[in-house]
Amino acid sequence: MSAVPEPAVAWLLAAVQTLLFIAAAPLLAGWVKRVKCHMQNRAAPALIQPYRDLAKLFGKDVVMAENASWLFRATPYVVFGAFVLAAAVVPLVAAHLPTAAIADMIVLVGFFALARFFLALAAMDIGTAFGGMGASREMTIASLAEPAMLMAVFTLAMIAATTNLSVVIEHNLHAGLVLRPSLLFALLALAMVAVAETGRIPVDNPATHLELTMIHEAMILEYSARHLALIEWASQIKLMIYAALIANIFWPWGIAEEFTVAALALGTVAISAKLALLAIVLVVWETVMAKMRLFRVPQFLGFAFLLALLGMLTHVILETGA
Amino acid sequence: MALNIAYLAVIAALASAAVALGADFRRSGLARIAMFLLLGVSGVAATVAGGWALLENLKLTEQLALGLPWLHWHLRLDALSGFFFAVVGLLLVAVSLYGPAYVRELEGGKQPLAVLGLFTGLFAAGMLLVLLADDAFAFMVAWELMSVSSYFLVTHQHQNAPNRRAGFLYLLMAHVGALAILLGFGVLAGHGGNFTFDAMRAADLPPLWASIAFALAFFGFGMKAGLVPVHAWLPEAHPVAPSHISALMSGVMLKVAIYGFIRVSYDLIGDIQWQWGLAVLIVGTLSALLGVLYTLMQNDLKRLLAYSSVENIGIVFMGLGLSMIFLGTDHPVLGVIGLIAALYHVLNHAVFKGLLFLGAGAVQYRTHERDLERMGGLIHRMPATAALFLIGCVSIAALPPFNGFVSEWLTFQTALQTPKLESGVLRAILPIAAALLALTGALAAAAFVKVYGVAFLGKARERRAGHAREVPAGMLAGMGLLAVLCLVLGILPTTVIGVLENVPRLLLGQVPPSLTAHGWLWLTPVSAEVASYSAPLVLAAIAITFFVGRVLLRRKANPVRRGAPWDCGFGPLNARMQYTAAAFAQPIRRVFGPVWKVQEQVEVTHAEAPVTLVSGIRHQLHISDWSWFKLYEPIGRLVLAGARRIGRLHSGSIRTYLMYSFATLLLLLWIVT
Repeated sequence: MSAVPEPAVAWLLAAVQTLLFIAAAPLLAGWVKRVKCHMQNRAAPALIQPYRDLAKLFGKDVVMAENASWLFRATPYVVFGAFVLAAAVVPLVAAHLPTAAIADMIVLVGFFALARFFLALAAMDIGTAFGGMGASREMTIASLAEPAMLMAVFTLAMIAATTNLSVVIEHNLHAGLVLRPSLLFALLALAMVAVAETGRIPVDNPATHLELTMIHEAMILEYSARHLALIEWASQIKLMIYAALIANIFWPWGIAEEFTVAALALGTVAISAKLALLAIVLVVWETVMAKMRLFRVPQFLGFAFLLALLGMLTHVILETGA
Repeated sequence: MALNIAYLAVIAALASAAVALGADFRRSGLARIAMFLLLGVSGVAATVAGGWALLENLKLTEQLALGLPWLHWHLRLDALSGFFFAVVGLLLVAVSLYGPAYVRELEGGKQPLAVLGLFTGLFAAGMLLVLLADDAFAFMVAWELMSVSSYFLVTHQHQNAPNRRAGFLYLLMAHVGALAILLGFGVLAGHGGNFTFDAMRAADLPPLWASIAFALAFFGFGMKAGLVPVHAWLPEAHPVAPSHISALMSGVMLKVAIYGFIRVSYDLIGDIQWQWGLAVLIVGTLSALLGVLYTLMQNDLKRLLAYSSVENIGIVFMGLGLSMIFLGTDHPVLGVIGLIAALYHVLNHAVFKGLLFLGAGAVQYRTHERDLERMGGLIHRMPATAALFLIGCVSIAALPPFNGFVSEWLTFQTALQTPKLESGVLRAILPIAAALLALTGALAAAAFVKVYGVAFLGKARERRAGHAREVPAGMLAGMGLLAVLCLVLGILPTTVIGVLENVPRLLLGQVPPSLTAHGWLWLTPVSAEVASYSAPLVLAAIAITFFVGRVLLRRKANPVRRGAPWDCGFGPLNARMQYTAAAFAQPIRRVFGPVWKVQEQVEVTHAEAPVTLVSGIRHQLHISDWSWFKLYEPIGRLVLAGARRIGRLHSGSIRTYLMYSFATLLLLLWIVT
């Protein structure tokens, strides 16, 4: 363990990091959109466009469907709360912040599940076919993605002998440049799950409202104004969480282990660079892939699960030794 | 003293049965109140006695002058039975709050309430006595009291043929299971010298006989607990009983079977072999996964809940299996964590499944429906029931910060300690089991989104659901008690585990200090480095973001306007355009196709004039359980064929019968000489 300053400073840093995380999430979404437009030869929106969109939505008045109950109104806050909490747990700039101990990787998956559960319920609250369709598809995909994700998490957990994110990152940081096949498999699996869970191509298309193919958009069709803003913001945070997880677990270099100004500045620069690069990879992936038929998605996720399983088995058989 | 309170619990339950038998329900509501009051007293006494024994790690034994002349009833209350005693007690309290209003509806029915009250009391007393028994004879008598009285509860509304069929199947399976348990006790008693549990504990079994005793106990108790593939009676029997009885059966009776399993394998047999653990883990994983897949396909609310009990019992057995593997390979610390995970899930499942069954009863009370496809929009009509039911759904879907999550998380943590095992095969199998548990959890969330979304949200699909009213306060109180427990057990896991630790302390003699080492705020199963979870902080953080968000956004916002939902411009939507329960589960049905036996028929009738126009579509969907066709029916056919063969002996002629007697006599004489 590195030298930990007094708890108050650590908690303050943790709070600052969480706020930074939440504030930076729309920026990452804007960056992805911008790079994508450049890559597809379209005119790109400004980098801060997502902030403008959120500000516009927060300023509007809410229109709710006639049949909406209290659950529909409460869901955006629950979803946002769950993702803020998840963001607090994920190490971004510095490892070993006290918030990281609140929840480990399994609990993190639990937070995602909590948000999804309420979002699916809210979708069914109105009583339209779209809501039910979105909820049904989302829960189907999630029920296949979640085990694949946990399997990848288990592989990481077994390599580092912990499910604590900070400790996993620290382990990978100090293990040096060892090419472990199990880590590679886990990375691939986690990336595929991330694509499915954040609703990117080829599983879902964040830019479409085509009625028969949409999943996430079908669930939030009835939301407006501040409720919609919270949900949009939450899904931007979700994208950033997955990106930060992949970046910091598999390429932990640069993350601050000590709470000094130099280390923190280095950490900030490092994570910004890593996220920007990851976003470019995502954009290339989204540009070269076509959207899948819904019933091909289980095969996609089944493959992710298989990769994660292979990663775990290679770890158990090859890397620990009998 | 604790033992006397335990007696009071049993006596109060019996008194409740006696009151029911003697009273005249048609004349006054007093008898109804008295009946449930006594049941409540029994519940409180059981909770107090059990909790006391668990907290203080008491070991109280006594002999009663009942039973056989040479074998008096031995009774014993220790931490293990105390824990289960408290679980039964808690549910009895909730049911006694809920019952008086609920059974009103049954008063006008064909069956007298007296029968229901009588067998409810006997059933409760039977369960409590099983937990107290300290010799095989008392155990089996109490076990039969529990099984037979619950048979009468299952067949309470016996005018419906399916109920009679379910009841018969239940009775049959209960006795096949009881036979296996009896044989298991026989093996133990054969080596121990007599039927007291003390003698069995002291006996030193050779490994082969220990394995046989274990296999018999696993089969017998597993059958009663509803493990796959011998689970088929459970979704038949549990839903047809009145709902407060379903809550007791699914919530507690299955737990009594788990108690029996733990008592026999951990306590009476003692030396646990890791191969047993592997068998338990595999069966548990299968039960969990198949249970949840069948849960997803049900459209009958109570049947769905019953299948979900199969799933949750599977999760409990996964915890037990992991614990036994670690104990068998000499990792006692991890074995203890697995056992605690299993016990925690026992408690959690009792609480949330009780809550959900009571909720289903509340819905049935007002809408007279069990079919999800006929409900909808109940959140507007029954807001309090809807809120309580939501807590049950969130808990059973294993979402933080509620209680179901904690026990599943502990099970995961146990499974992740596999690198400590020497055997490569075990190291590979355990994480796969964990991954299947993850799949189970995710599918359970899907199942309960379906339940809640179809039954409580959206618009009312039938008139009766549209006219439902909130249920009486007593019923809400019963559900409310369990809902509060769901939250408390979820956010104070460390405190709960501190209490539960006395069970492994009794059974295994040691407890790792790490579980609760970091105070009530932090749960750290192995060490703080390896994993930590702080449920209170999670709750606090969710609450803070929730309220900050609301306060910030609500301050200057205009009131919410209401408008029509998006209908694609085709005109107003109606309730029949909503997604149905079957439609919700369709993608999952397609993904996991071969798991069920699906018969689907679509008949399309075409209109007269333009043939392309469709005038009507009829869709029929039957989803059945493979275990019927692959296991039950072949065995049933085999038994019938065998009976027919033996039946040929009955020729009907007296001379043949005399010849049988004569031949038997000769044979016996020959043996004797």
